[in-house]
Amino acid sequence: MSAGSLTILVIDENRIRASIIEAGLRDAGHRHVTVVHDVAGIAKRIAEIEPDVIVIDLENPNRDMLENMFQLSRAVKRPIAMFVDRSDRASIEAAVEAGVSAYVVDGLKKERIKPILDMTISRFNAFSRMARELEEARSELENRKVVDRAKGILMKSRGLSEEAAYALLRKTAMNQNRKIADIAQSLVTAAGLLGPLEGE
Amino acid sequence: MSKTAAHEITAGFMPLFDSAVLVAAGEMGFAAREGIELKLHRETSWANIRDRIAIGHFDVAHMLGPMPLACSLGLTPLASETIVPFSLGLGGNCVTVSNVVWQGMAAHGAAPDLDPARAGTALGALIRERAAAGREPLRFAVVHPHSGHNYELRYWLAACSIDPDRDVEIVIVPPPFMADALSAGRIDGYCVGEPWNSAAVAAGTGRIVTVKALLWRNSPEKVIGARRSWAEENPDALAALLRALHHSARWCQDPVNRGALAALMAKPAFLGQPEAIQMPALTGRLQLGGGPERSVEAFFLPFDKAANFPWKSHALWFYTQMVRWGQLPHTPQNLAIARDCYRPDLYRSALKPLGVALPGANAKVEGALKTATPVGSAGASLVLGPDGFFDGQIFDPDRIDAYIAAQNRD
Repeated sequence: MSAGSLTILVIDENRIRASIIEAGLRDAGHRHVTVVHDVAGIAKRIAEIEPDVIVIDLENPNRDMLENMFQLSRAVKRPIAMFVDRSDRASIEAAVEAGVSAYVVDGLKKERIKPILDMTISRFNAFSRMARELEEARSELENRKVVDRAKGILMKSRGLSEEAAYALLRKTAMNQNRKIADIAQSLVTAAGLLGPLEGE
Repeated sequence: MSKTAAHEITAGFMPLFDSAVLVAAGEMGFAAREGIELKLHRETSWANIRDRIAIGHFDVAHMLGPMPLACSLGLTPLASETIVPFSLGLGGNCVTVSNVVWQGMAAHGAAPDLDPARAGTALGALIRERAAAGREPLRFAVVHPHSGHNYELRYWLAACSIDPDRDVEIVIVPPPFMADALSAGRIDGYCVGEPWNSAAVAAGTGRIVTVKALLWRNSPEKVIGARRSWAEENPDALAALLRALHHSARWCQDPVNRGALAALMAKPAFLGQPEAIQMPALTGRLQLGGGPERSVEAFFLPFDKAANFPWKSHALWFYTQMVRWGQLPHTPQNLAIARDCYRPDLYRSALKPLGVALPGANAKVEGALKTATPVGSAGASLVLGPDGFFDGQIFDPDRIDAYIAAQNRD
C-alpha cells in the first residue's frame, strides 16, 4: 500500500502549527489528512473520517476526554492505542519532549506509522524553535523601545546627551548586576508614577 | 536555595484546589526547610502527568488516587510503575446537576440537604420517568475513567438502583470546563472537586445535590504518585519530601491560614481562581444553588484524620471498583500489584523522626468506624473516622473476593 492510503486526523488548537503538520503529511504523500482545531463535535467527525492515526498536541486540555473516547466510544470502530509501539521508548520520549502525542488504530504496522510520527515530532520541534525565536525577536524589540524611552526621560530631566543617558543606564545596570532593559523599565515605571515627565 | 539544596525534585500538578498541599510545600518554604528545591510544573491534563512521570520529566506528581494503580496495572497507554507514599487529602468532591434535573429530582422528593440516599432515590425516579417517556438518558461527566470521581459517582448511582452504564451515560470532561458544559446543556450533571461545583452554583446554572464527604466519609482523593525507580534511587530525597508535605498539610489544615492559602492558590501559576470561590472547600460551607446553604463536616481534609496516610485499604477499594466496572479482571497478579502500589511503609519511615501520630496498621476495614475514634498509634494520639459508606456497606480488605462477588452485576 502507498503512504497515501492512511487516513490521518490532526487535532491542534494552534492553526499555524496544524497547517505546518498538514503540509508535512501531504509532502510525504498522505492525501487523506483532516485538521481539526476545535474538539466540539469531535466524536461525530471521527465517526465520519475513521482515522487510522490521530495526532494531538499535549497542550490540549481535552486530552483526557479524547483519550477516553478513542478507547471506549462507539464512534471509533477499532480500538485506538497510544503511539506506535509501547516498546518504542525513544519515540515516545521524543514525542512527549516535542509536545505531541499520536494514537493509532490497533494492528497498524509500526513501520507505516514511524515516519509519520518522526515527521510530526520534527515539525513540532521546528515550530517551537520558530515560536521561541519570534518571542526573542519581539522581546528584543520591546527592550529597545523601553531603553529609548528611558534615554528620553534622562535626556529631558537631567539635560544629558543621548550617549550620556545610555552610559548612565549601562553603568547603573552594571552596578546593580541587572539588565539594561530592566533598569530602563524601572525608570519608565517610576517616571510614570511621579508625573507626566514625557510625552506631554 | 538552588545552590545549597540537597535535593532537587520536579513535581507536576493540575490546577485543582487539592494540589494545595504540594503547592504550599514549594511556595511556603516547607520544602526548602527540608533541603529541597521543589520545581512545580502546572499541567493541562492527567494524561500529560502520566506521560511525564513515565518518561522521567517529573519525579513525583499530584495524581488521582486510582491513577498510580492504573499505571502500575498497565491500564494506561504509557504504563509505568508508580507508587503512592503520601495522600494529599480526604474528600473535596461534589455531585452537581443542572437546574432542570434538580427540578425533576425535587418533584420526586429531593430536598436541598445533600443526603445521598434521598437525592439518589429522587434521581432514580426521574431517570425511570424519562425512560418511560422515551427520552435520552441523562449524561454525567467525571474527570477521568481512573478517578475517585468516576468510582464514587458510580457507587452512589448503583447503590440507588441506577445502572451507571445502562441508565445514564458517563463521559469525560476536564474540570475547568464542567460548569460551561452544564450550562450549555452538553451534560446534565457531574462529579468533580472544588471549586468547579461552586463555580456552577455561582453562575446560577447548577445545584449541588450531594458530596463525597457524605457518600463515603473521610475517603481518599488525590495522592502523590512517584515513579518507582526514582523513589528507589532517591530514598533520602523522597523522605525529605514527605516531611515537607507533612508540614505543609498541617499548615493547610489550620483555619488561621485559610486566607493565605486561598491567596496563594489564586495566583495564575497555580489554581488561578478568585479567593472567594475557594472558601467552600476550606470551610465546608457550601452554597447549594438557589439559596440554601449547608455546612459539611470534614468536607475536605488536607491533614486531619490521618489524611496523608496512604492506606492500602484505599488502594484496594479503588481496585475493586476497577474490577466492578470492567476496567480490569480480578486475578491474583493484579491484586498483588494493587496491594503493593500504596506504600505506608515509606510514609511511616519518613515521618518517624518527627515523633508525630502514625497509624500502626497498613489497612483498615472501611466503613467500620461509625464515629470519630481514637486509635492505637506510635507516639502521639490519633483520631480516625467516621469512615462509613452512605449505604452502610463495609469494605474489609481481607475479604476482597466476597466484596467483588457481591458487587458483580452479571
